[in-house]
Amino acid sequence: MSSHPPYDEMYDAEGHIRAHYAPFAAWMDDTQDARIAQKRRQAEISFHRVGITFAVYGEESGGERLIPFDIAPRIIPAGEWKVLEAGLIQRVRALNMFLHDIYHGRRILEFGVIPESLVLRNSQYRPQMQGIDLPNEVYAHIAGIDIVRAGQGEYYVLEDNLRVPSGVSYMLENRKMMMRLFPELFATQSVAPVEHYPALLLETLQSVGPEGLDEPVVAVLTPGSFNSAYFEHAFLAQQMGVELVEGQDLFVRDDTVYMRTTRGPRRVHVIYRRIDDDFLDPQVFRPDSVLGVPGLFSAVAAGRVTLANSFGTGVADDKSIYPYVPEMIRFYLSEDPILLNVPTYRLRHDDDRKYVLDHLEELVVKEAQGAGGYGMLIGPTASKAEIETFRQQILAEPERYIAQPTLSLSTCPTFVDSGVAPRHVDLRPYVLSGSETMVVPGGLTRVALREGSLVVNSSQGGGTKDTWVLEG
Amino acid sequence: MLCRTASDLYWLSRYVERAENTARLIDLTQRISLLPERLDPGKSSTTAWRRGLDALGQLEPYEQTCGEIQVERVLRWLMLDADNPSSIRNCLFQGRELGRAQRGAITAEMYQELNTSWLDLEEASEGAASSDGVSPFLEWVKTRSAAFRGVTIGTMGRDEGYHFMVLGTSVERADNTVRLLDIKYAQGEEPESGSRDFIQYYQWSAMLQAMSAFETYRKTYRDAVHPLHVSEMMIFQQDMPHSLAVCTQTLHRILELLAEEPRSEVVRQAGALAARLRYGCMAEVQEQGIKVFLDDFMQRLEALTWTIVETFMTSTDIGAGLGSEAGRNVGAMVS
Repeated sequence: MSSHPPYDEMYDAEGHIRAHYAPFAAWMDDTQDARIAQKRRQAEISFHRVGITFAVYGEESGGERLIPFDIAPRIIPAGEWKVLEAGLIQRVRALNMFLHDIYHGRRILEFGVIPESLVLRNSQYRPQMQGIDLPNEVYAHIAGIDIVRAGQGEYYVLEDNLRVPSGVSYMLENRKMMMRLFPELFATQSVAPVEHYPALLLETLQSVGPEGLDEPVVAVLTPGSFNSAYFEHAFLAQQMGVELVEGQDLFVRDDTVYMRTTRGPRRVHVIYRRIDDDFLDPQVFRPDSVLGVPGLFSAVAAGRVTLANSFGTGVADDKSIYPYVPEMIRFYLSEDPILLNVPTYRLRHDDDRKYVLDHLEELVVKEAQGAGGYGMLIGPTASKAEIETFRQQILAEPERYIAQPTLSLSTCPTFVDSGVAPRHVDLRPYVLSGSETMVVPGGLTRVALREGSLVVNSSQGGGTKDTWVLEG
Repeated sequence: MLCRTASDLYWLSRYVERAENTARLIDLTQRISLLPERLDPGKSSTTAWRRGLDALGQLEPYEQTCGEIQVERVLRWLMLDADNPSSIRNCLFQGRELGRAQRGAITAEMYQELNTSWLDLEEASEGAASSDGVSPFLEWVKTRSAAFRGVTIGTMGRDEGYHFMVLGTSVERADNTVRLLDIKYAQGEEPESGSRDFIQYYQWSAMLQAMSAFETYRKTYRDAVHPLHVSEMMIFQQDMPHSLAVCTQTLHRILELLAEEPRSEVVRQAGALAARLRYGCMAEVQEQGIKVFLDDFMQRLEALTWTIVETFMTSTDIGAGLGSEAGRNVGAMVS
């Protein structure tokens, strides 16, 4: 895979513009650089004013910064999207079935498809969830699946995010910004709308209310305004027209969750939580958490409130489980996986470990439970010392790591200081599961703004682009 | 609506209003202090600023932090000092932080206005504490406040959140009107109908101008500026947005909408206060002494604000809120 030059989204190997980028290329030719530069400045000012900002861990409190927005869109032709959509829905259905299974009959472990210890000894496995029935048997109501494209344009799933995936507000705000700055672009091509995402999210959340209620009361639970993704929490609550609550606004009485309102306690049926499991209920998980709601877990267990996503989804998006997802799809759905998995070396196997230690300078090594681009070795760009450090860590605790070939992520033209240049991108579509599983056509495209960099995480200097799925 | 949201929105609008009112009070003080000395004999210009600080309840904190009265220092304290929790700067900061915390409960445009004020503050306040920089800065503050109010009226649904914002504005406004009157009456001057001298004329005109009420005054009284009329207008006038009568009637009307029980204590207090202003008259106030009247009003307003906080913004405690009595309440909410 790494022998190919990166796949470019806009130009083919001969340097010709791909058909689905032709209208955009023509627009770029016709539009004066000065106008584009002015619009780029406008976008930045506007993001600041609107307050679409992101607090970065490790910076001083109040350190808000913008995620750089690039105005060159990432365009996906209709045919490609059709395959992606089917593959995403298939994958998330299987992941939800897996979660239901391991917290109930554990058939998949019984059949030996996945080693039992990998699941039951996983720190993200929540034994408390064993035997608890959830509405529609859905655990991950909102899933963000990270997709990359390698040398010949084939799509791979890089990572499943089933805990509290973020970024969807940028998908929506980026589209709003593009339509405001360049309305003429949308006249040249028919771009599938994404603006109905909040409506679908609300529908999804309401469809999993407890006790078959028609109009369950939904709330978004946030850690508070100092959280890096607070903008998104408030944005989604507002777009759905539901309350944005903090732990202190809720209390549990007789396994029932109430909000403290100006008119007294009001029952909440579905909580879209944006707080990690560990902090959700000090009675069951971290006792020092002040962000959560004491008693929340027992309310879930009693079926009096639905949590989205549920407790215990982390065991399914763990990187040590990731290699088994294609097997899950075959096991639960009796279908062949539509989307590819990146080949993954499991370092607890002797053969794999030996190979990885011999080829560290070619591989990407990740912590099985790391996130956000932290705790990661990218062999081809790492120094000898960094490689040595990882070698020692792998030898000490092989089960903590996985390794994958370094994918040459596809590139997309991007505005940088020197003009327009190719930069690596990935894609995170959002999959919703309630009474049915669906995907809004699009997602968040992240772009590594540094030349040659493969790290697209916003916490590490990545930017975003509007993502266009063409209607065909 | 969440108790926390109600409280945040109430305070958000108080801070926005306070920024504007502080600007108005600085404007008034500035106008008075710039009057030629022959119109206010024996008084140095720092007297006006001392009175201004006192009216805002800021004299003691100012003197503790900054020492003696010095015009530029006072201006800096009232406008930009980070150590003064009620400085215009801090009001804008608090307004924006509360707006950010409640951005789900207000419209995007409203947050954008709050955010813009904060982001532009540094540029707008450059040179603001110098004598020719004050006015442009005060204008800017008033314009920012007006922009926020306009966007609020134009974009926010008339829901509970909106009502809590109106409550905050009205409480803060009534409070400020009393403070402005207090500047004039602090030294025991009682309004007389036929006050003749220039000092009175200019000082009371300055007050009208600071309140943007000069035109209304002219239309209402078609007369020269008389202290008695100005006071009457600021206390009893039914169509003057900053008058105590209008503020208290608004409070009463909104609380009737918000309270579940029409006979609840909070509505009763607001109604009693509004009735005094609605059916009172200047003769009564004069008889009682205007200072006494203002002090009494302030006490009642404070009591009302406490009841508002207690009724709507105090989180229901698990134990207290769901005791045997409140159990019925919960039952009604479960559907």
